[in-house]
Amino acid sequence: MMKNEPNLKDRLERLVASIPAGRSHLILFLHRVQQEFGYLPEEALARAAEYFTVSPAEVYGVVTFYSAFQMKPRPQHELVVCHGTACHVHGAEAIHTELARLLGVEPGKEDQGKDVTIRRVNCLGCCALAPVVVVDGEYQGRVTRNSLEKIVERLSGKK
Amino acid sequence: MNLRKVRTVGELQNLRLRLQSSPRTRRLVSLSTASCGRASGALEVARALEAEIKRRGLEETVELRLTGCHGFCQLEPDLIIFPEKIFYPNLVPKKIPLLVEETLVGGRLVPELAFSPGPGQGMCAVLEELPFLRKQVRWLLERHLTLDPDSLDSYLEQDGFLALEKVLSGLSPEEVINLVLASGLRGRGGAGFPTGLKWRLAREAGGEDKYTICNGDEGDPGAYMDRGLLESNPFSVIEGMIIGGYAVGAAKGFIYIRQEYPLAIERLERALEKARAAGLLGKNILGTDFSFELELVRGAGAFVSGEETALIASIEGRRAFPRQRPPFPVVRGLWGRPTVINNVETWANVPLVLQRGPAWFSRVGTSGSKGTKIFSLVGKVRYTGLVEVPFGLTLGEVIDEVGGGAEPGRQIKAVQTGGPSGGCLPASLFQLPLDYESLQQAGSIMGSGGMIVIDESTCLVDLILYFLRFAREESCGQCAPCRLGTRQMVRLLEKITRGEGQLEDLELLQKIGWTMREASLCGLGRTAANPVLSALRHFRQELEKHVLDKECPAGVCRGLISYQIEKERCSGCQRCLESCPVKAIAMADDGYPQIDQKLCTRCGLCQAACPPDFSAIDKINRKETGSSAGARGE
Repeated sequence: MMKNEPNLKDRLERLVASIPAGRSHLILFLHRVQQEFGYLPEEALARAAEYFTVSPAEVYGVVTFYSAFQMKPRPQHELVVCHGTACHVHGAEAIHTELARLLGVEPGKEDQGKDVTIRRVNCLGCCALAPVVVVDGEYQGRVTRNSLEKIVERLSGKK
Repeated sequence: MNLRKVRTVGELQNLRLRLQSSPRTRRLVSLSTASCGRASGALEVARALEAEIKRRGLEETVELRLTGCHGFCQLEPDLIIFPEKIFYPNLVPKKIPLLVEETLVGGRLVPELAFSPGPGQGMCAVLEELPFLRKQVRWLLERHLTLDPDSLDSYLEQDGFLALEKVLSGLSPEEVINLVLASGLRGRGGAGFPTGLKWRLAREAGGEDKYTICNGDEGDPGAYMDRGLLESNPFSVIEGMIIGGYAVGAAKGFIYIRQEYPLAIERLERALEKARAAGLLGKNILGTDFSFELELVRGAGAFVSGEETALIASIEGRRAFPRQRPPFPVVRGLWGRPTVINNVETWANVPLVLQRGPAWFSRVGTSGSKGTKIFSLVGKVRYTGLVEVPFGLTLGEVIDEVGGGAEPGRQIKAVQTGGPSGGCLPASLFQLPLDYESLQQAGSIMGSGGMIVIDESTCLVDLILYFLRFAREESCGQCAPCRLGTRQMVRLLEKITRGEGQLEDLELLQKIGWTMREASLCGLGRTAANPVLSALRHFRQELEKHVLDKECPAGVCRGLISYQIEKERCSGCQRCLESCPVKAIAMADDGYPQIDQKLCTRCGLCQAACPPDFSAIDKINRKETGSSAGARGE
């Protein structure tokens, strides 16, 4: 994976140069790397440990603590189902299951797909529009079973 | 946009006066385009409006302003036309030509586009007539209606930085602290600590370096007051923080925003740049010897980061682990230095306090809770959205009058306040006034302002299980009471939803809850049991129904319900067959579909797929079908 990444080293160095020194910028650095690559390649963690003079274990600890970071490349499409309280009382769990079914994703492995993943998020703060699903970054409120079918149709068309 | 540096207090004053006195030549048209609005298509509506305004040659007479959140989330995207304040809700691009033709060109109202509270109840054409505004006091939200969140000029026009101007033209830091103290302003994040006192403690703490932090890690699911403020009026938070920095003697502050709020981060970034360019941040602000810098920190997704000591760890670039208090951050905070952490809404209130004075501020509210509070009123209520009310209004006034009560044909059962740290209060307690102390005494907390209304279709056991699963996932794992307590509670609650619960389980839940409350390290663990403890106090009957009668009155817990096809109403269309994800429905010999109860997962998709004209699938208590499932001889 990492060997196939072209110019990984150069791109990493450019990112390092844009970050001020000091441990407190570790999380900022990780955000930038993920923005650039879509995930955190192993080399980035090693480089972060070196640059911020902390142990690789420390960096790994931070990466795995926060839900924003991922160490595997992102799939083509990402669906995020909001499971905030308002969404929950408006049936987010059923929406999630139905979405997985329509996409033919194995239950419990929704977040491991190659082309499409379904992620759960605690709350997006669009509670008045519950239930909410985010399709490749685009928010969709008051989702119903019908609109789920449309979402899936559109994704299959895009693929 | 004026990006020249403002060098003195006098120059700032002149700039504001010039902006305020320049006559408005164009009619202001305000479209809500915060996250909720965008999710409802506000940007498409904006494009349609722009095109239509151009097509009709109205650029000289009409100014379309893309503002933040108006608070009427359910009616998004909405448009307000000034000066009459004509209000058009739920816009879509195809309504725009008519709207422009009639109202902007012809000066006439379009009744069919106006808001109506219900059939036969007439229309509310202008803002003041909206029923959900009547009990509100919108000190903060009102400004969102006309403010361009990306424009410093727009903020200045609305008396922006007037408070800072006052402070820097002659108030000493101690005087500022005394004014904030006298106003009675308390922390809006939930704990309700007096803001002025917090500032004083930090000011009096020793050492050179001090910091201020804005806690924008609004993590409670169901709450989005802070997102609304950050997206709609970022400069007010910045102004509050500059004043706070001056008062406590800090040269640097941090604004921490959760990464789930991309638009808030974007707007804050732009606002910080503009404030810096104008000389309102940086060295020698407005020519005084006060220097202050602000840095934006983007969270990375962890509920516990909202706890103040965990948030500090996160800014330091570490895992967001809370630590024991005392010492409190005002004594030992960021990098061990005295640090003031206030919530977004608290900071946004600071300019108001300084501008209008403590007497003005404290005339609204109760004896112990002053000013207004923003709530996110969501769930099973007619009008959802951000509401701002004076402290002391009752729960019932907010839910029934501002929120319009239950959805048609439903009955409100309870309200959940305070998120995963709070509890559910039954409708019988809706006469309680909203302030920091009353809700706490009743077994919940006001929290940061999330208010989730639930009706008879929501199961209390399912809801508290939801919160405990949330707490289990988000527990940082440092201390045993929280790490193990949340786990055990989830296990017990799952057992109850499966219909295997026993009366002793309720006692055990209570004991675990008390232990967590007493022995956990931080606020997350100490309050994580609150949803369960408050349910045991106010909804014991519903819990016992699950345990003793193996019945879920709301029909939610899958282990306690089942679905049945009523042949008399069935048309034999077979839609239910196609909808079943586990192929549990098959045509029986009598020509009607039948559900195999052993295979059925009780997802309810068949019931939803059944055409409404027939509604042939009933949800019933599990125990009633126990025999019929067996009778089919599986």
